[in-house]
Amino acid sequence: MVAEDLSRQQVFDWLAQVPDPEIPVLSITDLGIVRDVVVGEAVTVSLAPTYSGCPATEAIETSVVEALQQHGVGNVKIDRVLSPPWTTDWISDEGRDKLRAYGIAPPEKGASKAALLYGERSIACPRCGSLDTTLVSEFGSTACKASYRCEACREPFEYFKCI
Amino acid sequence: MKPEDALLTYTLRLGDTALVLGQRLVELVAHGPELEEELANANLALDYIGQARMFYSHAGKLEGAGRDEDDFAYLRDGHQFANFLLVEQPNGDFGDTIVRQVLFETFYLQQLEALTRCSDPGLAEIAARAVKEIRYHLRHVSQWLLRLGDGTDESHARVQDSLNRLWRYCGELFAGDEVDELVRTQYDGPDLPSIREQWENQIRALVAEATLEIPDEPWMSAAGRQGVHTEHLGFLIAEMQFLRRAYPETTW
Repeated sequence: MVAEDLSRQQVFDWLAQVPDPEIPVLSITDLGIVRDVVVGEAVTVSLAPTYSGCPATEAIETSVVEALQQHGVGNVKIDRVLSPPWTTDWISDEGRDKLRAYGIAPPEKGASKAALLYGERSIACPRCGSLDTTLVSEFGSTACKASYRCEACREPFEYFKCI
Repeated sequence: MKPEDALLTYTLRLGDTALVLGQRLVELVAHGPELEEELANANLALDYIGQARMFYSHAGKLEGAGRDEDDFAYLRDGHQFANFLLVEQPNGDFGDTIVRQVLFETFYLQQLEALTRCSDPGLAEIAARAVKEIRYHLRHVSQWLLRLGDGTDESHARVQDSLNRLWRYCGELFAGDEVDELVRTQYDGPDLPSIREQWENQIRALVAEATLEIPDEPWMSAAGRQGVHTEHLGFLIAEMQFLRRAYPETTW
């Protein structure tokens, strides 16, 4: 396919099928890390890393290139953008619903200094909805999550921390 | 010194400090005192290594001599590393690790916040990314300082001991030189005296809340940023650089 015939929206639709490697229920567009797509001689995709040391960054870049190649786009460029920095506020509402359904409590909106300095307010259990939950660890299985326990249904769960 | 040389040196110092501290924390992987701390340490380390990569890549662009992040990390010797002595200190017991993190990160958070407003766009955007991570780290390690200090007699005594041992290295954080001064005046960089004032207020308040005492000991003069290090750095670098030095063409 000749790149010029492509619409920007078409590329976005394809990228909406690319899963995050660590939380595959989310696509990279749900996560809000696809900042821009420019269709020219090459297709340039601007991606914002979530965390400085997120090991998924390179894996995501590879998946984007592979996904577009599968749709016949051979000339793909990845542009890493730091500004404005990604925060959890970039996660779409649809992404938040998907996280909850997957068993991960979505981050609170308003990734403000207050949330980080004074702790999160009560986090609702993604399974039973109870607010009677306890922080087990500030850090979880990946850089973006903290570990919680629900005191109502007694299930452990992960919280996508607000940053 | 030309302002652009000062900016390059400043960026490399940030990269070296982040890399050395990241490498120190990596040493704790699979040695955490409990599972949750194991995960925490690995996450802290990952953030620092990621920040080091960004600082080094930016330094490579500023330098314009074709060096990349790996060249800076793997192909320089100890005397070319310009990190603070505080961050190369060994992990010791868990109290040593926590005190080192609290003392450094309280400073680093202020430094990064100031850098988000500097006039070099590359440095400002890295700082804006990193500041969120360090704010989260600091919350975690501050809580541990409170828990250890205001914990059992044993944990209190040991963490006070850690504070006494590491206190001497704090002076270097605020001992600005020509590089700091040029970055402040030419690029709207951090103002060290005001960072020091905030650091002292925050550390005093936290140490008091943890029922600990600020050591009655002077700060030593130190020249980590000029490449004069404690005996600990060489071992760290030797381990970190081994693979790349032994197999120069290796890729991964």
